[in-house]
Amino acid sequence: MTQYRLEVRVKPRPGLLDPQGKAIHHSLNSLGWSGVDDVRVGKAIYIDMQAESADAALDAADVMCRKLLANPVTEDFEVSLVSEQEAATS
Amino acid sequence: MRVAVITFPGSNCDYDLYKAAQQVGGQASFVWHRERGLEAYDAVLLPGGFSYGDYLRPGAIARMSPIMEDVIAFADGGGPVLGICNGFQILCEAGLLPGALVRNASLKFASHDVQLRVERVDTLFTSEYSEGQILRVPIAHGDGNYEADVPTLEALEADGRVVFRYVDAHGEATEDANPNGSWHNIAGIVNEAGNVLGMMPHPERAMEELLGSTDGVGLFTSMMVSLSTTSV
Repeated sequence: MTQYRLEVRVKPRPGLLDPQGKAIHHSLNSLGWSGVDDVRVGKAIYIDMQAESADAALDAADVMCRKLLANPVTEDFEVSLVSEQEAATS
Repeated sequence: MRVAVITFPGSNCDYDLYKAAQQVGGQASFVWHRERGLEAYDAVLLPGGFSYGDYLRPGAIARMSPIMEDVIAFADGGGPVLGICNGFQILCEAGLLPGALVRNASLKFASHDVQLRVERVDTLFTSEYSEGQILRVPIAHGDGNYEADVPTLEALEADGRVVFRYVDAHGEATEDANPNGSWHNIAGIVNEAGNVLGMMPHPERAMEELLGSTDGVGLFTSMMVSLSTTSV
């Protein structure tokens, strides 16, 4: 088994009103960044897990997203591999 | 009417619901979220509050509770299920109602009375109201902005599944009367079969003249009446 660290990024679906993003957008504009056109706020979730392979870990995270981590009505998600290392054997 | 009030860690309207069910002559019991089995009940109520601290998304963790499998089976079997506030959020997360409740458009927690227009009186939750009746009921939520994809929203309207709408003093569903940005001022919806109602406002907090309004009583008497006429 190998130890993997995965990053799950969950973000509001395009077109869905994101009031947090809107508030931050206005705030950045008022700080002088007039070139900022849009801001969307999502979240990142880090998962440490053991799996047979990187693909198996990514597949598992995909199921986790569908079942719990993201709401398909309002959110999209992406999963990526951050790091891997051999799990300590006993 | 034997009523189960499901209690999650972080529920805070469970006693209000318990008292509301009792006030109309129901026999209420608390059911902890880790318990199993709802066969002994005629109706299931999911209370408001902040189950699991709203972590991840409101209702997302509570939806995974053991009792929710039984709530889904109860609803699929036609049993009446009412979710208020966090209870509505849990019903959406569980897929018993379509759509989702996202952050209020104002980004502010909204805690005040609202006016609701009763859009449907042919449901088992609203039969004791009159069509178009205006109710004064409190809200208290940060994530009550009802959203869904366009086909879902259009189907809700076409099928007449919007039961309550936020309205102004003249009974109009204006933007100013909308406390959270919900599409078409939606405050409460039923599922296709009509036995699952989710709503953000709190009828269980509008049960006593002393507390400002008794407009919530009709919802619980409606349930009481429909259950006593359907059960032999």
